[in-house]
Amino acid sequence: MSEVLSLTPALLLGALSLWAFFHGVDLYGALTEGAKKGLCLMAELLPALTVLFAVIALLRASGLLELLERMAAPLLRRLGVPEETGLLMLLRPLSGSGALSAASELIKTHGADSLVGRTAAVMLGASETTLYVTAVYFSAAGVRDTRWAVPAALCADLVCFLSSAWICRLLWG
Amino acid sequence: MFNIVLLILLLFSLLNALLTGRASEAGAAVLEGARSATGFALELCGALCLWSAILELAERCGLTKRLAAALRPLLRRLFPCSSREAPLLEALSENLSANLLGLGSAATPAGIRAARGMAGLGEAGVDELRLLVVLNTASLQLLPTTIASVRSSLGASSPFDIVPAVLLSSLLSVLAGLGAAKLLQRVWR
Repeated sequence: MSEVLSLTPALLLGALSLWAFFHGVDLYGALTEGAKKGLCLMAELLPALTVLFAVIALLRASGLLELLERMAAPLLRRLGVPEETGLLMLLRPLSGSGALSAASELIKTHGADSLVGRTAAVMLGASETTLYVTAVYFSAAGVRDTRWAVPAALCADLVCFLSSAWICRLLWG
Repeated sequence: MFNIVLLILLLFSLLNALLTGRASEAGAAVLEGARSATGFALELCGALCLWSAILELAERCGLTKRLAAALRPLLRRLFPCSSREAPLLEALSENLSANLLGLGSAATPAGIRAARGMAGLGEAGVDELRLLVVLNTASLQLLPTTIASVRSSLGASSPFDIVPAVLLSSLLSVLAGLGAAKLLQRVWR
């Protein structure tokens, strides 16, 4: 299973290239154009990461993060969620790059194959920037009455965080 | 909203650093944090660009369109009112299929097109717009490419071994979002 999974990028690349070649798609052109778009994305991401990495480093070094984690630990532990993911869960609905920074910091500090690192990765991969997305859609549509949209979306986030923690504990705990 | 959270976190860290005598460590850590971001971004860049290239190829091979066509029956059930309008159904299916493939930059414009159209359909349309937002705030992505790239740049032995866990967790959260939406829709009038 994990053999196949680790081959994912190569397999996809091979299969799509074959398809592209026989359907007259400019294979090399598409790949380089796509990579260029990735580079543009990175250029947008880097300023956000710079600011947020600095903020998270300050949070950690000032001892505030530890304090907050200790405060949230009794509740989170009872729910079966590692308390280290508290900051990630707080930032996730608000800011995509904030959550990416928090998750990356956890993966770096605890190790990519550790339980905390994996839980952070699954939480990040299985959720979206709820409040930001809501704001974008409703303001674009000119609708003010969001009514039950935000509670329902936050309920989905809660289920996502809990199930991520539980699944990771089951698989790698 | 994020600004408020950021401000609170910053002020309280400063306060805590001063009160617990960690001012000099905290000062050094801010600069170190900012410095480490560039290295991290460079490490991440290659994997992210490769994924972007693969997704662009998928897009040009017409995968999004095929997926969009396959999704239409499902969308007709989820959005009965909006899907009666052909351009709306098209925007909805484009949004959902781009989300599934992880093409965020294509998903948002299609979603906004759908949202604008739905807002013009009266109360039933606005209710379906709320459902669309709930769907878009849950992650529908089939391959979590960004986090896999992060894991590979930070030394994971098999960056993709989290995929089954991510898929199961997002499926559960999408179902929870849909369930909560259906339930709240009835009581919140």
